[in-house]
Amino acid sequence: MSVRITVDGVDLEGRDGQTIAGVLLGAGRRTWRTAAGQERGIFCGMGICQDCVLTVNGVEGVRACQRAACDGDVVEREARA
Amino acid sequence: MKVVVIGAGAIGAACTLALAEAGAEVVVIDRAGVAGETSSRCEGNILVSDKEPGPEAELAIEANRAWRTLAERLDAERVPGQPATEFEAKGGIVVAFGAGAEALRSFALSQHAIGIRSDALDARALRKAEPHLSPEIAFGMHYPDDAQVQPSLATQAMLARAVHLGARLVVDEVVAGVVVAGRASGVRTRAGAIEADAVVNCAGPWSGEAAALFGSILDIRPRRGTILVTAAMPQRVFHKVYDADYVGAVGSGDAALQTSTVVESTPSGTVLIGSSRERVGFSDEGLLAPLSEIAAKAQRVFPFLRDTMLLRTYHGFRPYAPDHLPAIGADATVAGLFHAAGHEGAGIGLAPTTGALIAHALLGTPAPLDPTPFLPARATLQGADGRGADGRGAQPDARHGKGVAA
Repeated sequence: MSVRITVDGVDLEGRDGQTIAGVLLGAGRRTWRTAAGQERGIFCGMGICQDCVLTVNGVEGVRACQRAACDGDVVEREARA
Repeated sequence: MKVVVIGAGAIGAACTLALAEAGAEVVVIDRAGVAGETSSRCEGNILVSDKEPGPEAELAIEANRAWRTLAERLDAERVPGQPATEFEAKGGIVVAFGAGAEALRSFALSQHAIGIRSDALDARALRKAEPHLSPEIAFGMHYPDDAQVQPSLATQAMLARAVHLGARLVVDEVVAGVVVAGRASGVRTRAGAIEADAVVNCAGPWSGEAAALFGSILDIRPRRGTILVTAAMPQRVFHKVYDADYVGAVGSGDAALQTSTVVESTPSGTVLIGSSRERVGFSDEGLLAPLSEIAAKAQRVFPFLRDTMLLRTYHGFRPYAPDHLPAIGADATVAGLFHAAGHEGAGIGLAPTTGALIAHALLGTPAPLDPTPFLPARATLQGADGRGADGRGAQPDARHGKGVAA
């Protein structure tokens, strides 16, 4: 079984049950948020550090390491302008 | 000249840097390391907006200029171990609810007379500057000169530069002052004695205790402040935004809890929400009341905060002077002893100019402004009217009981 999500308009495929972070890492993405001019991604991987947050289906601040990827998820990067 | 600086917070670091740059041989001692207490438990404010005309405002205006030069100088050429200060000249917006607008406008006008710039913002201009502000708020003042640094990094940056110039950092606890023939001539730490020609007390809320080690009195007390930190989010707060009643809370001498909304975002994407002030000694108890009051008030200013997740909270102790002026300069009685303390919540902002005034007092370098109003020999700091107020005064705090130095 596989799931398809889009990240900033790009289709990515992952295995069923993977977290969004898992799908991103599986696709070779190591970072997906910009803060203080730096690229951020998975740091703790267990829901504590809040470094991997993304907007998922319009909901902000979703921790990519905790949220299972669901078919059709629309994922967007977050940045501090 | 050999100088011992007690305390490696922002004030101690700024004094160490100013003294080292003027050629002194400096040893800075702190039991908790660099920015281990007050200077890492604050917001890094460099404000002119909250200062009413008077000596502290003059100090803040000069320090605001000094920070711009210092941050640029520090960040332009970083020595090994020296982080960026994260200086941001973001500007401040003070907002007023309803009838508070007139008081805010006349306060700003009184500041114009001494050179603190600000512009009035009507509802439309406010919405443009801060789109997520509550529609209830129809008036604000924009202060373009308000700025901020990341306080712990800025402290590390000043100290790293001072160490590069030959200053020495010692992580140890000062257990006694050495006074020979009425003159401060060093300190004793747990590891042994350190001789000096002069001692500068930068022990923040513990500076009353540090003064007592030399047989002197300096009535500086702890005032607790708490801050909430949200999870990182896309930027929705673009200035330092605070409620006009903040100025009243800062200037108050009341021991009871006072809260006032201060909201700002940080470069990492979190939003810091303050602020509270209460005199509870060095107690870590009873934090829920200030935290929930801050949270409730902040939602009135920025309604989106209602749905925001908090990452953590923190609190710290600010060095409070009964007359709301920092103590900078020579001790009243002990020769060779100097103080740079009592800046309360403004220590980060006032640090560089405090350092310059200490270099002036010790080494005779030019003073950036008239040092007289800040001299620690003034009567209000000698404990006479302070000690009775809440029984703390310059006495060591029993709950703390850890000796001395911030």
